[in-house]
Amino acid sequence: MGPPPEIAAQEAAEAKPVDFNRGDHAWMLVSCALVLLMTGPGLAMFYGGLVRKKNVLSVMMQCIYLMAIMTLIWAIYGYSLAFGPGPDNFLGELIGDGSYLFMQNVQTYIDSKQGFVVPMAGDIPRLTHMLFQGMFFIITPALIVGAFAERMKFKAMVLFMVIWGTVVYCPLAHWVWGGGLLQAGESPWPILGALDFAGGTVVHISSGISALVCAVLIGKRLGYGSEPMPPHNLTYTCIGACLLWFGWFGFNAGSALAADGIAASAFAATHFSAAAGAFAWATIEWTLRGKPTVLGACSGAVAGLVCITPAAGHVHMMPAVLMGLLAGIFCYCACTTLKNRFGYDDSLDVFGIHGVGGTLGAILTGVFATREVWDIHNGQPLGLIEGGTQMIPQILAVLITWGYAIVCTYIILKLLDAVVGLRVEQQEEIQGLDLSQHGEEGYIFL
Amino acid sequence: MKKVEAVIRHFKLEDVKNALTEQGIHGMTVTEVRGFGRQKGHTEMYRGTEYAVDFVPKVKIEVVVADALAQRVVDTIIRSAQTGQIGDGKVFVSDLSEVVRIRTGETGEDAL
Repeated sequence: MGPPPEIAAQEAAEAKPVDFNRGDHAWMLVSCALVLLMTGPGLAMFYGGLVRKKNVLSVMMQCIYLMAIMTLIWAIYGYSLAFGPGPDNFLGELIGDGSYLFMQNVQTYIDSKQGFVVPMAGDIPRLTHMLFQGMFFIITPALIVGAFAERMKFKAMVLFMVIWGTVVYCPLAHWVWGGGLLQAGESPWPILGALDFAGGTVVHISSGISALVCAVLIGKRLGYGSEPMPPHNLTYTCIGACLLWFGWFGFNAGSALAADGIAASAFAATHFSAAAGAFAWATIEWTLRGKPTVLGACSGAVAGLVCITPAAGHVHMMPAVLMGLLAGIFCYCACTTLKNRFGYDDSLDVFGIHGVGGTLGAILTGVFATREVWDIHNGQPLGLIEGGTQMIPQILAVLITWGYAIVCTYIILKLLDAVVGLRVEQQEEIQGLDLSQHGEEGYIFL
Repeated sequence: MKKVEAVIRHFKLEDVKNALTEQGIHGMTVTEVRGFGRQKGHTEMYRGTEYAVDFVPKVKIEVVVADALAQRVVDTIIRSAQTGQIGDGKVFVSDLSEVVRIRTGETGEDAL
């Protein structure tokens, strides 16, 4: 005997708009929250612990303020620019359109013919897709914060991020994920069709290389190289790194946009690469300097996570381990030798870890990508190892992303420097940004 | 009256306090301090950048006693704080002109 007729009718009415896969959708909602956790408290603590104590609040504020402001931009026009289908010509390869302005056609609505409509993005509601991608729109600029930490004017930081998010992130996301010119299977030029599973180019290369431009243009911190500037609280940094590792499962496995086998593979690859990165970095220190450090293990884990990001849903497990090991080695060299050689003050090593790790990951994706994980080209081999030609688009995508991010970041910073000035006054920098920019102190002991 | 100040190792604080209490000393002040002597500092390394840390954390005990007790207090501190390794710290003894107990207004040795 079934339910009474009136209840059955009610169930039918409710069930009608919800005809998507609830398992996939549940995983995606969880992933959204996991990726947000990476910025706050993950990145806020990771960065907060690395600066001097007079600046701890300033980096935490930059993270939390970006959570707010990037979300608002995303809701008003960011998602539409990045993921709007765009016109059916070359312009549509470059940028989205106004289809989703103010969340129209993203949120549910009632149509005179179709009735109640839940706009979909693949197998999940478009609202969830928008939220998930919106979390990436928060963490990418938040990563850059580490490059100019302890010396940038808050006002200049806000303006920079608003403009950078609009002119760098949104187009890049469109090129790689929104059906634009760098997306494998979508690009009209297959030679540009790169594999970027969860944001090696869009998130890590773009933020890492922009961070380097910021560090160079804004200049070194007062006393850099002559005064000691050790991290003020590595316990925060360690907690932050662990939260990043945890949240990264949403970032990478969530990028499958489903709770399927690719998500499982991405989840495991992410975990293995992080472990290998932490192991590699700590081992190098142990060998060369005599002691493995906490900061080294944390940095190595993040390097491994960054490196596997573009490859997460494309590679098998042992390549993932190898990618993590290589990320630990390359990023260690970038943060020590490379930075000292050129003398730039990338304060929290955003370029050394995200720029270098992201570039390494994008290229290694071209080596190790296999159709056995995700047969994205209908049986065509992918990476070098299985005889594919994916390496060429990977390298081209890296070059395009580097070039675009460098040029745009340089122009934005030059403009802002002329209009509002990038750097705080010398006195304010000595006093610390917590007091000079926010009128607060991180630690008050009575 | 004498003021005895001793800069000692953190982990010796409890031993020194107990030893002084056994000698009938019933008041002292303790501060966290940093400094260096023969022990010198150490180096710390953060992402490959080495920093020399010159100031080593220590604990400073201050005890004020009648002149007659001063030598016994110094001996007690030395006995209880010694490990024999570089970095055990130092004891400083100085004359003290006046002490006042705020609650009662008593002065001199009565206020100790």
